[in-house]
Amino acid sequence: MRPEPRLIEVRKNVLKQNDVVARGLRDRFHAAGVFVVSLVSSPGSGKTAFLEKTLTLLRPDYRVAALVGDLATENDAQRLARSQAPVKQITTGTLCHLEAAMVNSALEEERWDLNRLDFLFIENVGNLVCPSSYDLGEDLRLVLISVTEGEDKPLKYPTIFNSADIAIVTKLDLAEAVEFNWDAACKNIQAVRPGMPVFKLSAKTGEGMQEYLKFLATRLQELHQPAAI
Amino acid sequence: MHELSIAMSIVELAEEELDRRGGQITAVHLKLGALSGVVKEALLSCYEMACENTPLQGSRLIIDEVSVVIYCPNCQAQRPLSSLQLFCCSECNTPCSEIVQGKELEVVALEIQECAPNPA
Repeated sequence: MRPEPRLIEVRKNVLKQNDVVARGLRDRFHAAGVFVVSLVSSPGSGKTAFLEKTLTLLRPDYRVAALVGDLATENDAQRLARSQAPVKQITTGTLCHLEAAMVNSALEEERWDLNRLDFLFIENVGNLVCPSSYDLGEDLRLVLISVTEGEDKPLKYPTIFNSADIAIVTKLDLAEAVEFNWDAACKNIQAVRPGMPVFKLSAKTGEGMQEYLKFLATRLQELHQPAAI
Repeated sequence: MHELSIAMSIVELAEEELDRRGGQITAVHLKLGALSGVVKEALLSCYEMACENTPLQGSRLIIDEVSVVIYCPNCQAQRPLSSLQLFCCSECNTPCSEIVQGKELEVVALEIQECAPNPA
């Protein structure tokens, strides 16, 4: 007669492999003094236009580079390359999110000298669900919504808002046309992530970009000179 | 939908344990937080797929769903979260951003059938 199955305690994080790689990346980034920002949003919310503007405006003062994830095509990398910043496309095939190992191999392939970078941006695949589970070793996760998506996106995707550090509301130039309710959007963001900093801006006109770039600059400074305790 | 890669990671993790301990895995017990970003039903169907042609084929995935608990700085106490759409204290309505539990995605135990001793 077969014995009863035994229950063996294990207690292991399912994503431990990703977490180990992410921790390694974070250590490398910090040792090199590069501040790493990842971007998540729905498809079509204007992530690439926003990142292109960010890179273009930062480039005169900072050394910047970007990794950009997509299921297919190199289109985003080509668009971002117009900013003159070094850009590397990561094509994920059918995978709906980036994982730390993909960031790691992209960096190995490109052989960028991290010591000579101030900011590294990682644009995730357009998806407000799956990227939330994967740490990429970033310092800051930015979730982007556009005014054309409506004010209730945060309520529909609380998990990704909860995994992010700051929110950007973009395409502000279209706000009037779509009767976007700024107060309602802010209220919804604060409902799912109390205290989250929110920036409203237009990557197209540049309105509101300076405030957000100042925020990034401050965070970079803090990385280089940790506040005295 | 990333549940298939999650399911494959679970199978991989269980296989590692199996290599160490031997026997046959009949069930995997998983803690799944409401904020883990993983959907239970999708994970269950992906699990079966991920187990195919592995030593875990035919095993069950037993999911223990973990609800969200937050810390209220005003009450200085842990509180259950009543809605994922509103992170505030269920007693005093203070907004709460500190999550105490609910992000779990963890294999907690395996049911292992020891190999039957050779009758000869």
